[in-house]
Amino acid sequence: MCQVDEDYHDQFEHADPPSVSKKCVKCKEATAAVVIRARDVYCRGCFKEYFIHKFRAMLGKNRIIFPGEKVLLAVSGGPSSCSMLSQVQEGLSQNAHKKLRFLPGIIYIDEGGAVGQSVKDRLRMVAELQAVFKATGFPFHIVPLEQVLDLPSSVVMKAPSPSEQPASAYKAAVDNFIQNDSSSCLTPQEQEETSLPDVQESHTQLLQQLIGSAKTLTAKEDLLNTLRQHLLVHTARTEGYSKLMLGDNCTRVAVKLLTSISLGRGAQLAQDTGFSDFRYDDVIFVRPMRDYSAKEIAYYNHMFKVPSVFIPNLDTKKTDKASIQHLTETFVTKLQTDFPSTVSTIYRTSEKLQTACKSSSTADHSDRCLLCMCALDTAVEDASAFKATLISEQLSGATTTEIPRQNPTPVNTESTAPTGQCCSSETGEDCGRAASGGGSCSSAKAPETTDLKSLLCYSCQLTIKDMSSVDQLPQYILSEAHRRLMRSQMREVISGFLLDDGDEAD
Amino acid sequence: TLTSRLSKCHKHHTLQIELSLFILSSGGAELLFDGVKKHHVTLPSQSEPWDVKQLLVWIQRNLLKERPELFVQGDTVRPGILVLINDADWELMGELDYRLQDQDNVVFISTLHGG
Ligand SMILES: [Zn+2]
Ligand SMILES: [Zn+2]
Repeated sequence: MCQVDEDYHDQFEHADPPSVSKKCVKCKEATAAVVIRARDVYCRGCFKEYFIHKFRAMLGKNRIIFPGEKVLLAVSGGPSSCSMLSQVQEGLSQNAHKKLRFLPGIIYIDEGGAVGQSVKDRLRMVAELQAVFKATGFPFHIVPLEQVLDLPSSVVMKAPSPSEQPASAYKAAVDNFIQNDSSSCLTPQEQEETSLPDVQESHTQLLQQLIGSAKTLTAKEDLLNTLRQHLLVHTARTEGYSKLMLGDNCTRVAVKLLTSISLGRGAQLAQDTGFSDFRYDDVIFVRPMRDYSAKEIAYYNHMFKVPSVFIPNLDTKKTDKASIQHLTETFVTKLQTDFPSTVSTIYRTSEKLQTACKSSSTADHSDRCLLCMCALDTAVEDASAFKATLISEQLSGATTTEIPRQNPTPVNTESTAPTGQCCSSETGEDCGRAASGGGSCSSAKAPETTDLKSLLCYSCQLTIKDMSSVDQLPQYILSEAHRRLMRSQMREVISGFLLDDGDEAD
Repeated sequence: TLTSRLSKCHKHHTLQIELSLFILSSGGAELLFDGVKKHHVTLPSQSEPWDVKQLLVWIQRNLLKERPELFVQGDTVRPGILVLINDADWELMGELDYRLQDQDNVVFISTLHGG
């Protein structure tokens, strides 16, 4: 369904409408089992070969992963990421040509706490996945999303703190690889035997409050995405991985592309959907599955017994219109059934997009969005759609930020306390206090939300706007917000009117 | 052999025998079946041969535990749910018109994000 290598195109053979006895277009002998595109029907064997070839071709073509490099595979338990895992296994085990030569590790982020799963269910799913991971022999990390609450601010800052030495870890990995080029460099002692680390119930509650503070499912999903990404990057950094592989397939990419547009993320499209994503300078995201359709993956997994674990998410059992993300998926899949080239057409559009800011060379990250880490799209000239939106927003509803403020959450001061440890350190005593302390007086808080907005891209601003309060945000985000705001204030003091920004209205 | 099987089936339907099928749902589709992935079902005898279209109606009435609209839409499966018959793409088998045989394997896989 997606773009395929030319050698497969040559094999076109215009045949009559499908019948049971239809032959494979590749070997022209065996009975076809899978319809890839209208007339491309493959038998089991040829389908397997095609599938495996595509993965290696994707990595080979892009040449972004180096031999000996540590690569973290983000596995959600879903069919795509599990298929990705099996392809990596396949590629490493093979002695034939084009053998993969990087060092994989696995990360699973258990989001059960955010989705409202019981501890029992979470443990059961973790156990199931753990069995899958163990069977690969790769080192793996099972991280509960609750850990996002304890992240350091460095996650949303430019470079990781020197103590985390990812550069040296990377170098060591390369040296190690060069020294003993002998295939699988994974020693058994690297194997991590962790089950789900103890998650404090209070942390789960905090996480639920945070997700709950987003009033729409659209905002909840977006927020969850952001938090997951931060935790992935942090884990990659601390464990010394320089690449992060994501399992987005081309159906997913098509949905993401249209979703991103609908969410006001036009400027970040290329990064959200491209093969590689450089928004975090030292951890590069790679999407090696974006050439496979969801169908190819589902069929492959079924036919060749690739294990995956179904894990409910925020979209599970929701109606079509529950969120923009879900509605877009319904739209694309429906269209796809009637017009089988839908996904590939959207997907090819994403191929043509250019990343606006490849790894930036700016010293400070203040030109990046605090949440999604993409370049800020809000610093545009006055005669822009963005400014027009702002003006009409100001004119029509200056109250929008104030009204939802009166929420039954005056107990906040206590509940945020457990995560407050990093706040009480040098980073800035007031960051969380100013926000949560204002529970009774809304006037003290409104500017906090407005200030925060100046650090966000347009789309993340919309998400924050859909949140009943920003004080639920994890401390690492609030501290970094505080730091950036202080910096920009200071800069303002120093350089007078040079940094006159429309955002600082109040 | 297929044609012979088909003709056998034609003979059989006059005899009105029951059909025994293996139904598997995965990718989250199993949630609509109370979390049960594998079903071994017996379709009652009827004067005409069973086809997939009728099977979907039967599943809706007898197997689905909740939210039928998340599984069937119109007279076919919800977009995003894939079907395999005896381990082959149902598009190769005639989709809704495929005539079910005794001991057939029918698989439903949801490719949708939340299942
Ligand atoms: Zn073949
Ligand atoms: Zn953003």
